Amino acid sequence: MILEAEQLSVSFGGVRAIDEVSLSIAAGQVFSIIGPNGSGKTTLFNLISGIYTPSHGCVRFAGETVTGLEPDRLARRGLSRTFQNLQIFSRMSVLENVMVGHHRHEDTGILADLLHWPSVRRQNAATREVALAALARVGLADDARRASGALAYGALKRLEIARALASDPKLLLLDEPAAGCNPVETQEVDRVIRSLVKDGITVMLVEHDMRLVMNISDRVLVLARGRTLAEGTPEQVRANPAVIEAYLGDHGSKEAARAFG
Amino acid sequence: MPAIAIAALVAILPLFFPSGYYYRIGVLVLIFSLAVVGLNLLMGFAGQVSLGHAGFLGIGAYSVAIGPVHLGLPSWLSLLAGALLSGGIAFLVGRPILRLKGHYLAVATLGLGLLLAIVLTNEARWTGGPDGMSVPKLELFGWSVRGATAWYWVAGVTFVCGFVLALNLMDSPTGRALQAIHDSEIAARVLGIDVARKKLAIFVISAMYASVAGSFLALFNGYITPDAAGFLRSIELVAMVVLGGMGSIVGSLVGACVLVVLPQALTVFHDYEQALLGLVVMVFMIFLRQGIVPSIAGALAGRRK
Ligand SMILES: Nc1ncnc2c1ncn2[C@@H]1O[C@H](COP(=O)(O)OP(=O)(O)OP(=O)(O)O)[C@@H](O)[C@H]1O
Ligand SMILES: [Mg+2]
Repeated sequence: MILEAEQLSVSFGGVRAIDEVSLSIAAGQVFSIIGPNGSGKTTLFNLISGIYTPSHGCVRFAGETVTGLEPDRLARRGLSRTFQNLQIFSRMSVLENVMVGHHRHEDTGILADLLHWPSVRRQNAATREVALAALARVGLADDARRASGALAYGALKRLEIARALASDPKLLLLDEPAAGCNPVETQEVDRVIRSLVKDGITVMLVEHDMRLVMNISDRVLVLARGRTLAEGTPEQVRANPAVIEAYLGDHGSKEAARAFG
Repeated sequence: MPAIAIAALVAILPLFFPSGYYYRIGVLVLIFSLAVVGLNLLMGFAGQVSLGHAGFLGIGAYSVAIGPVHLGLPSWLSLLAGALLSGGIAFLVGRPILRLKGHYLAVATLGLGLLLAIVLTNEARWTGGPDGMSVPKLELFGWSVRGATAWYWVAGVTFVCGFVLALNLMDSPTGRALQAIHDSEIAARVLGIDVARKKLAIFVISAMYASVAGSFLALFNGYITPDAAGFLRSIELVAMVVLGGMGSIVGSLVGACVLVVLPQALTVFHDYEQALLGLVVMVFMIFLRQGIVPSIAGALAGRRK
């Protein structure tokens, strides 16, 4: 198991946003989390990636307990993620954004950086190479030189994936990578995720596009109001009466229309 | 490329100086530019404000006064010691302070600047108190640096070095990490960047830039008062950064140039000098809201399209 979470809980102002959620993900899988708006999907990602500290429970990553570890420490162990609300480095070019992704593998001291020693030049060249390859993987190779602000929303989503890829993660958390994407772009996201899995990267996916989720996932976990409603293969989850109920209840009627309609 | 252009500019400019007075202004521009480049690394690139940088300027300035006068150290060694002391203080204070963001960070750094200025004023036995103290001339390899012309070259070489180091830093892993922190700390963290450490590093570096500039200012003027470390000086440095352009190293030179030269040019207006200065700065910011250099560069790029 590359990731195990046990009885994770966190509250905001007395409301349990995540309530005793447990999960375990085998290496190389695509593990999706679905659920109505506000059910705690992003919060669960924030707990796993170290942005929030759980009030209860523990997280194990690659066999080691990492509960409460800072996000940068987790990143250096091979956990990377993208954001639902884009977190682009908007002052930097597309290529530079992705170059930052490679930071954890860059080893030059600050003195060398100030003096632009040959080691820094070599590192810059190597980092650029990695970044260009990551951009090519998400189909943005031609946009490398552009200002990141000049990209369309769907392209920015893929830019974040490329940036996370440049860190060479073992586990990649994607928070709604296809949100706001047209069908062609969604197809592109599908293709990218499959290629990641082929390279042995484990993917955790939060996504509202049910077609994408049901097509690509090995396992699906359904959250409702911070609790696990169901977990299983896409077929099991789709057939689960509680899931259909949750999606048809007043809490998620819009979701239901989008998901199963 | 920009480094060579700036070096050439600094070297060629004196050909157009009609009198020694212009050398004096040139020296002041170069010295302030050095401090502003350092502050711009912190503000423009890493996105962390400091309203107390004159405190480090003051440490540098008093080092080259106290070192030779009270401790018998050579000026250049005092200058280095001042830079190390500034870096050390920045390191110790930066750790708790840099956790703060935005306005809170601004007020905390403001407090730091006030604290340093008060220490310099109150330790009258060492610093001469509010009256200040005189600063012995700089000796370099047996050469006593005197007069604006000599100082122009010393300040020019130092500024170009500081300029090149800043450009180098921005085109390096550390520089990219700093720019990332400016735009999204959260994204920087999940990409493995130790945000606290990077902020601290750039705070220390920018404090050392200010310290060296302060030492030069004191050595050049031959005299130093606590005003050099005062609140107004800190604000002036911030204004130079913003006016020239946040995150533009060339802008640092332009910002310092405008705020050093303009008051000289406006002296003909006597009592209204300060008011006009304020007005000009306001107009600049209204029409070139990203600062002089980025705004003009943006306009030129837009026209080319
Ligand atoms: N930092 C926070 N402070 C207070 N409440 C929070 C915080 N983060 C999340 N919440 C609350 O936790 C609940 C779950 O939010 P979360 O963003 O995880 O939902 P989600 O499943 O990702 O929804 P969506 O599909 O809209 O992205 C919401 O009620 C939200 O308001
Ligand atoms: Mg969400």
